[in-house]
Amino acid sequence: MIQNLRNLLKYRGLIQSLVVRDLKARYRGSVLGFFWSFVNPLLLLLIYTFVFTVVLPGMHPKELEPYALFMFCGILPWTWFSSSLLEASGVLISGGNLIKKVLFPAEVLPIVTVLANMVHFFLGLPILLGFLIYFRHPLNITDLAWFPVVVFTQLLLTVGLALIVSALTVHFRDLKDLLANLMTLWFFATPIIYPMQLAARTGEGLSKRVLDLNPFTHLAISYQEILFYDGPFGHWRWLLALLVASAALFLAGYALFDRLRDSFAEGV
Amino acid sequence: MSSIAIDARDVTKVYRKFAHRKQFATIKSALLSGSLVRDLRPEETFAALKGISFQVPAGCTYGIIGRNGSGKSTMLKCVAGISRPTTGSVTVTGRVSALIELGAGFHPEISGRENVFINGIMLGLTRKEIARRFDEIVEFAELEDFIDAPVKTYSSGMYMRLGFAVAIHVNPDVLLIDEVLAVGDEGFTHKCLDKFGEFRRRGKTVLLVTHSLALVERFCDEALWIDGGLAGAHGDPRRVVGAYITDVEKREERALAAADATAQEHAASEPVDQPAISDPVAAAGAPDDGFKASEGRWGSRDVEITGVSLIGEDGQPGHVFHSGEVVTIELSVTAKHPVTDFAFGIGLFSADGICCYGTNTDIADLKSVELTGRGTARFVIESLDLVEGTYKLDAAVHKRDGFAYDYHRQLYTFRVKSRTKDVGIYRPRHRWEFSPSVRLSPRGL
Repeated sequence: MIQNLRNLLKYRGLIQSLVVRDLKARYRGSVLGFFWSFVNPLLLLLIYTFVFTVVLPGMHPKELEPYALFMFCGILPWTWFSSSLLEASGVLISGGNLIKKVLFPAEVLPIVTVLANMVHFFLGLPILLGFLIYFRHPLNITDLAWFPVVVFTQLLLTVGLALIVSALTVHFRDLKDLLANLMTLWFFATPIIYPMQLAARTGEGLSKRVLDLNPFTHLAISYQEILFYDGPFGHWRWLLALLVASAALFLAGYALFDRLRDSFAEGV
Repeated sequence: MSSIAIDARDVTKVYRKFAHRKQFATIKSALLSGSLVRDLRPEETFAALKGISFQVPAGCTYGIIGRNGSGKSTMLKCVAGISRPTTGSVTVTGRVSALIELGAGFHPEISGRENVFINGIMLGLTRKEIARRFDEIVEFAELEDFIDAPVKTYSSGMYMRLGFAVAIHVNPDVLLIDEVLAVGDEGFTHKCLDKFGEFRRRGKTVLLVTHSLALVERFCDEALWIDGGLAGAHGDPRRVVGAYITDVEKREERALAAADATAQEHAASEPVDQPAISDPVAAAGAPDDGFKASEGRWGSRDVEITGVSLIGEDGQPGHVFHSGEVVTIELSVTAKHPVTDFAFGIGLFSADGICCYGTNTDIADLKSVELTGRGTARFVIESLDLVEGTYKLDAAVHKRDGFAYDYHRQLYTFRVKSRTKDVGIYRPRHRWEFSPSVRLSPRGL
């Protein structure tokens, strides 16, 4: 396994080209092309703004204005997370040709999926930052220094889960459909469209303890604290703990993937 | 030259059969039946390879032949490292490139140029190496005008050519080829073979899995015949190919015998054909109506054909003969009561139903006198001057006016084998003669 992990470094050229290919292929043939990576999050933000200022005004705590922007801080990384896992669940099966006919390191496929979605996440960030500046949310430089740590933690967590999901889906195809629903549930069990304080303060909805068990809670809160809230970044202990846990999950996911590797050529 | 490039030791590959469960296991069903763990373990297994060992010296071109499903491709995949042997080991020295499926990693939406780079990287080249060989690859694939078009717009031939061009330019030490030399048109095939020859000259090791026996005989230094997962003959390619051909003939013989048995059983179980009795003219017309290629049996059975066998030069009944062989068609008949008006008929048909030859004793000016009880009629073909192919046989006993006693329409099948690949149906006995200014010499293999 250590040997294989080391090989992973050798494949970085391959991973890089495949990510580029993925991004190029995604918008090939559309008029706006690559521009969609910016337009999509922009439209999403506009829709949420519409919902929370016109359709449902007053459904959220007054101190969180503009609320759409607050949600956007969580939705953008969530989209990276959930699209990665959903795509990863099918990636070994759709890449079956490679696994069966070419000597090809299978783990590259889920990793490429996660990285391609990360690029989309990065492309959405300028939109988010633009609006943050437009609404005059002060960005704290020391807080921003934590941003790469949050992204790296999410990357480790997502890759770890993507490896597990992709490997298991080869043997249990149901996982794909199951996962789609699970991700919806997970989305609502994460303080993204509602603030964590709501659970902590009022005791309504999911309790703080339940939310704390959800790893993405801490990612969402970290993003919100760094980008949206004023004041110093106070969630760093949780974040570091999650970083360690994510690293462990990544290794466990890789070990599982490695264990099932030989069955892929027959299973897909 | 003494070093070993590929060393396969006692390779066994066991596949799990999916017979005992639905095509894909579901978590739900696995949980419900409590078989989650059990399903992950193979219950019914199928051994694709059963302990195969062979060594390929560096610089050697090694051919693997065998029937479909005999395990050739599995062996190649084990050597390529795509699948791992269940037991045993395969050691390969040097960079390996496997041509198993061409263009396997191509993405249809992006251009040929980008696909060349990505495919090359997948096959183990660096970006720089590909850039250096790029023009050569495109030229080889003959795709200069289309290299920037998305691959989805390519024809399948273009797709394969590009895939082949990339794979061959990886410049491996060990090249594994699975039946992919037949891509593209004649010209491209020649280019592939030239490239292949260049590989050999440069002392690279080639492992070739193919059904093209001529290719094995022409190119390979050594060959291995895999049959049913077991290693058959190995060594000198011509000897191995010979052993393989003999085996194929034996199998064909058995298969044809079985097929004939079914056809005859089928015909026998049908009721005696009604039109033959109610309307003898219609039945009489049957053999002459443009030789419809339908199997069947009809007739009044006053005289019954109890057996038809084809006997080769070895004196044994068989189904596979060589072009030019002496072949005897023997009809065994039984007459229920003595008849005086009768004729024996024979018809030879090609697989697509064209009548190659038809005759009967009446046409041959033999007047029937009497037929009582059991008897045999032999039709001796002194030289079976047919080209290679599958042929069907009619055998009949009928009245001189065509009324059928027992008519067997294409119930018997035989194959003609030939070393020469001439075309058509009939091979006249022939030789070539030339004036002294025209000089030809026999081509060695």
